[in-house]
Amino acid sequence: MKQINLCIDGKEVQVPAGTTILAAAEVAGKKIPTLCFLKDINEIGACRVCLVEVEGARTLSASCVTPVSEGMKVHTNSPKVRRARRLQVELLLSDHEMTCPTCIRNGNCELQQVAEDLGIRDIRFTGGKKNSAPVDRSTPSIIRDPQKCILCRRCVSVCTATQTVEAIAATNRGFDTVIAPANGRSLADSPCVKCGQCVLVCPTGALIEREYVEEVWEALGDPTKHVVVQTAPATRVAIGEEFGYDPGSINTGQMVAGLRALGFDKVFDTDFTADLTILEEGNELLQRLNNGGTLPMITSCSPGWINFIEFFYGDELDHLSTCKSPQQMFGALVKSYYAEKYDLNPDDIICVSIMPCTAKKFEAGRTEMSVTGNTPDVDYVLTTRELARMIKQAGLNFNELPEEEYDAPLGISTGAGVIFGATGGVMEAALRTVYEVVVEEELPSLDFEFARGLEGVKEAEVDLKGTKVKVAIAHGLSNARRLLDQIKDGTSPYHFIEVMCCPGGCIGGGGQPIPTNTEIRQKRIDATYQADRDMPLRKSHENPAVTTLYEEYLGKPLGEKSHHLLHTHYTKRRRK
Amino acid sequence: MSVMIENLNWEEINPQLDALLEEYHGDKSALIEVLHKAQEIVGYLPEPVQEKIADGLNVSLSDVCSVISFYSHFSTKPKGKYHIALCLGTACYVKGAPDIVDRLEKELKLKSGDTTDDGLFSLEMVRCLGACGLGPVMTINGEVYGLLSPDKAVTTLKEITKA
Repeated sequence: MKQINLCIDGKEVQVPAGTTILAAAEVAGKKIPTLCFLKDINEIGACRVCLVEVEGARTLSASCVTPVSEGMKVHTNSPKVRRARRLQVELLLSDHEMTCPTCIRNGNCELQQVAEDLGIRDIRFTGGKKNSAPVDRSTPSIIRDPQKCILCRRCVSVCTATQTVEAIAATNRGFDTVIAPANGRSLADSPCVKCGQCVLVCPTGALIEREYVEEVWEALGDPTKHVVVQTAPATRVAIGEEFGYDPGSINTGQMVAGLRALGFDKVFDTDFTADLTILEEGNELLQRLNNGGTLPMITSCSPGWINFIEFFYGDELDHLSTCKSPQQMFGALVKSYYAEKYDLNPDDIICVSIMPCTAKKFEAGRTEMSVTGNTPDVDYVLTTRELARMIKQAGLNFNELPEEEYDAPLGISTGAGVIFGATGGVMEAALRTVYEVVVEEELPSLDFEFARGLEGVKEAEVDLKGTKVKVAIAHGLSNARRLLDQIKDGTSPYHFIEVMCCPGGCIGGGGQPIPTNTEIRQKRIDATYQADRDMPLRKSHENPAVTTLYEEYLGKPLGEKSHHLLHTHYTKRRRK
Repeated sequence: MSVMIENLNWEEINPQLDALLEEYHGDKSALIEVLHKAQEIVGYLPEPVQEKIADGLNVSLSDVCSVISFYSHFSTKPKGKYHIALCLGTACYVKGAPDIVDRLEKELKLKSGDTTDDGLFSLEMVRCLGACGLGPVMTINGEVYGLLSPDKAVTTLKEITKA
């Protein structure tokens, strides 16, 4: 590629043609402040915080969208640049709701950071104020607060391009502009799938998760309640980031210790029901393959994905596995098997889950997810971020916590359960089991490399003793849409498809630590496969607690009891 | 608003909208043009019309709404029985049009661009009507009324609605 020579603040640099000034400055070791910019997602030069002075140019240039040119001389910190940047940020602050001390993003807010970086001490503007659009608390997953919105459009970009949901857009103009669903509707009344990718990219507190921390503190303080907790696979490779660990750290043992110290009666693991999912779903796949069932079969673990297919591809619901997600299988078992085994009244059990996900909060509230009919199977869903807050509120020093083990029996799991957290993980876990069940031989290698990594759609053909099974994996809903359109057109060549709603899979879920970007996703994925390698057992069908569960309670996969507790149905939806 | 939508003659409107969307089927870039034509057919752009357009052009409802709400020409409410267009061009402006806006908004209890709940009045701000010598000037259902003051604007309205 053609190389371009330019000079940034007196330093000569050489970068490929097409590079932006912002990226070139990074090469030159200069950090230019940005606000609306989000690499690969939102590159629109809207906020004007990244302005630089280019010699010979009539005006200042937004460095995030201005490509370099030969011989360019750029100044990133001249008085003119500093004045212009301050002006931009002062204007943003002048109609921003400054409730910083009580804001969920206090201390992790990009607007705060940029104001600090620019040394803003006064706001000169007291004129126009933005609209008085109200806070939208309509969903159990996401809260939208237009008063904290700086109109950067990152959320619109991620909802439109990455997820192809388009639940929100800029409406009205000028001070009246609001990022919102159509015609003043609430999020609950829009096609929002509750994935929370908008929450991950929001620079301020305008899009946040709905917290259930207080409810869980109440439950923990209630002596009449037996409070159990489950932790999703992807939480253990991310929670450390909230306590200063580098992305890619595995903090399973400390997280367990932290949960125990918070007062949970039992600390269990969603990995257990991930293993269980593999037995149910693997058998379902074999049944469909052998009995001419609807193919391709698509995984159903990801609640954002379920919301998406119910909204946008309501005629293809037969393709979904009927398996509940691991979270909901867990909740159903806690209020049946576990309650019976330990002689507990299911109505006195509070089941909390720690999830990398905002859509899980919605899933837990689906009316069909209640085996007792009295209480939801999963009472409260906390994101990874919320758990970190509870640990901080309790005054625990996470970094000093010892490494502890999960409780038996619902805390026993395998490496196959852990990898559910990364895109391709469910597929790989399923293949490890399905192969050994069908071929009746031990797998030569447990690592299905094709299933790993951040490629949008991954596919392969797996040979099961002469039967060729074509499989595909998609993460991010724009990628899922590609596979769904094939199914709709009748041209899908696949037998089995894994779909995860969020880019990278659950490790990149809407409830994970902020920031979550491509680089961090990759590190969490690497950690996930490391956690898998660290497990003594790595195949779901070898999980002894799952075997016991079938012997003691469920009978066999796809049996009557399984059907009642572990499987569900789906509903075609339109906007209300 | 629901009452107003029910008042639309869908049997008459639907075939026209269908023909329009047939012409631009799946063409996302035609959104603004289609909105113009749909507003000509229906008179305004209520949500059922927006949904039809979204489906026909294969764009999201949020996108359709985004465009409609950006341009003041598009309206999601029907025009009133008496549609007032008040000029805010330079000449009318300096001769006191802003005070007339305030007064009309207060008198009719609506915001410019809006329609009263009883469907009687709608108020729209326009740029130069070409009658600067008569400024400040407004039209009511196309009829021109000039040399206005806030009081005279209100009296004019009252006279017309009495008649």
